[in-house]
Amino acid sequence: MTTQKRTARTTPAATKRAASTATKAPAAAKSTKAPARVAAKAPATKAPAKAVAKPVTKPAAKAPVKATKPTKAVAKKTTKSSATTDAQLLDFYREMLFIRRFEERAARAYTQALIGGYCHLNLGEEAAVVGLMSALRPTDYLFTNYREHGYAIARNIDPNAIMAELYGRADGVSKGWGGSMHMFDMDHRLLGGYGIVGGQLPLATGAALAIDYRGDDDVVMCTMGEGTTNIGAFHESLNIAELWKLPVVFVVINNFLGMGTKVEKSSAEPEIYRRGAAYRMPAARVDGADPIAVAAAAQIAVDSARSGQPYLLEVTCHRLRGHSVVDPAKYRTPEEVEELKLHDPVHNLAAELVAKGLADVATLEALDESILARIDEIAAFAEASPHPDVETLFDYTYATPVPNDSRRLPGQPLFDENGVAQ
Amino acid sequence: MTLMSYRQALHDTLRSEMLRDENVMLMGEEIGVFEGSYKITAGLLAEFGEKRVRDTPIAEEGFTGAAIGAAMLGLRPVVELMTINFSLIAIDQIVNHAAKIYGMFGGQAKVPMVIRTPGGGGQQLGATHSQNIELYYAFVPGLKVVAPSTPADAKALMLAAIRDDDPVLFLENLALYNTKGEVPDHDEPAVIGKAKVTREGSHLTLIGYSRMAYVAKKVADQLADSDHLDIEVVDLCSLRPLDRETIINSVKKTNCAVVVEDDWLTYGIGAEVAATISDGAFDYLDAPVRRVAMAEVPMPYAKSLETAALPSEHDIIQAIYQTLDATGHRRSKTGPHD
Repeated sequence: MTTQKRTARTTPAATKRAASTATKAPAAAKSTKAPARVAAKAPATKAPAKAVAKPVTKPAAKAPVKATKPTKAVAKKTTKSSATTDAQLLDFYREMLFIRRFEERAARAYTQALIGGYCHLNLGEEAAVVGLMSALRPTDYLFTNYREHGYAIARNIDPNAIMAELYGRADGVSKGWGGSMHMFDMDHRLLGGYGIVGGQLPLATGAALAIDYRGDDDVVMCTMGEGTTNIGAFHESLNIAELWKLPVVFVVINNFLGMGTKVEKSSAEPEIYRRGAAYRMPAARVDGADPIAVAAAAQIAVDSARSGQPYLLEVTCHRLRGHSVVDPAKYRTPEEVEELKLHDPVHNLAAELVAKGLADVATLEALDESILARIDEIAAFAEASPHPDVETLFDYTYATPVPNDSRRLPGQPLFDENGVAQ
Repeated sequence: MTLMSYRQALHDTLRSEMLRDENVMLMGEEIGVFEGSYKITAGLLAEFGEKRVRDTPIAEEGFTGAAIGAAMLGLRPVVELMTINFSLIAIDQIVNHAAKIYGMFGGQAKVPMVIRTPGGGGQQLGATHSQNIELYYAFVPGLKVVAPSTPADAKALMLAAIRDDDPVLFLENLALYNTKGEVPDHDEPAVIGKAKVTREGSHLTLIGYSRMAYVAKKVADQLADSDHLDIEVVDLCSLRPLDRETIINSVKKTNCAVVVEDDWLTYGIGAEVAATISDGAFDYLDAPVRRVAMAEVPMPYAKSLETAALPSEHDIIQAIYQTLDATGHRRSKTGPHD
């Protein structure tokens, strides 16, 4: 384990956090790009942790209302110097375009059968990815679902190792054991992409428990799709996180489609952030096409978690392609497909950069060229990386070696010619 | 050595491990204020506080998964699932996550945790509260599954399980909690993955685990007195990994075997043991391997039906007689079976 103590605390972290949050009403995030979609809930009357078990005369969790006045997120954005924001926009764009080209290359490699299994892409989610990741410290932890390539990139994991993992090679970030859905890097504190819907939520909650147990000041961010919010693990995890005041941010990427099922068909409350009220957990919704808005909202959420108040952040996105590479998304109407073009965050940000005079078309094209060249190198690295040696097949069943652990290959008998079990 | 109950051995071991390592913490339903449904954790909340003895909501998936996540960051959680029946609520976290995390990520994260849970029928708890479904976990590479049958083994295997860097499902048994035995005073962990010959013999190998290992030993002792039979008893102790060589070595000596289990026969752990004997000692067998297992029904509530569904000492004795008859072994004409 690479876990380290960074902040020595003399009092239990939970107590400290609860005390610090009792008077602090987490502010809401708001996007200037899509104000109609933005709403937030700030339970300003939230009871201190120690009083939670007692009946409260005034419900602390009111029905969430749409933000009617400027929120902290907006204020933060407007108080920043425009130069800082502009520089951030350019950085975000570079990162978003890199993810875009990486994912497009992954799709191509998949159709060339260089990548196996399932392959879920972050196309349409790039602004959300970079905005969310910008709020984390390098020492914070991230748990994701199976749509995580972009997150791994934004956590500064070597893209060679990410692509090599997709190719199932020994240099892969999970040594070829995980594939597209199961990227892991302890050094960069990506504690896993998880293929089982909702599986990562209890784990992330537990990681936050370990942080709290030790009195460290790291935060855990846990991403999921909106379809995940209907599974029991979502309810159980948010409940536990709030009960124990754990430093965790639950992020729902709401792309309005769970595979082919519309959110209104799967969620009785399709405005997902409102579900936070059931756990008295502050929550907000932000437009995931706007990286600056996402970054601001994520910062509020992460700050809240660091102070001991878990947070639910809903980020609306549009999935530009099918659920996975092989899905032609025939359930979308032609009108919906046409409308999707309006929601491409990479194109929209490029247009914004040009319109604001922050970059000209030629500069952006040059950037694209350089990224495409880099992606070529990445793909070449992945293809050149060796397949994992079959000799390593039994290396990762157990961390503590144990007698009578089987090392039998399928065609071998249970007992060898000497009568030894294998 | 100290004479104590299986319950006391578990309690004392949890306590001593918490004193030894501050990363060891307990999680589960009603383990703190209520002191545990079966009182294994009695007094530990008062001694160690809420941080280390954590009462959870009724959310097996949520808190078992949280323990896994905490273990990934280096804590050593010991989770209590009130009975193994409720583990079904947590099975995604146990099978898809605890068992997979070390391998699926190429060895980058360990999951040093213990899931304690009792199985066992015979308490008139009905169909959903009387199951022995440890097989579901013993089936899965990445998990270790241990099943002590004595207070001494409960201690030694708990020490091993807590100090192990892998997820260990620790099977207890409702009927064993009050059984007593001598427990060593030293803290010597058992070796997970090893079976034990708890009684040496030459006529027949009787194999069991958990409660049935206890019953098997009792039956063997009884038949030594009543029938002058010399039965060897193998206590599996570990269901994954399974110590196949100890089984085979015994059968090579006795040339016949009876497997006893509290779970259902079809696809059960006895089936795996019988297949192991077939693979490893076929030429040594003088009779087919006999299995004594629960009737293939959801466990009924009524005592008469429940008793009929569970393997009894009488059932085991009859299976032993029939197996020995099949081998041509001459038994005492005065035995109670004639």
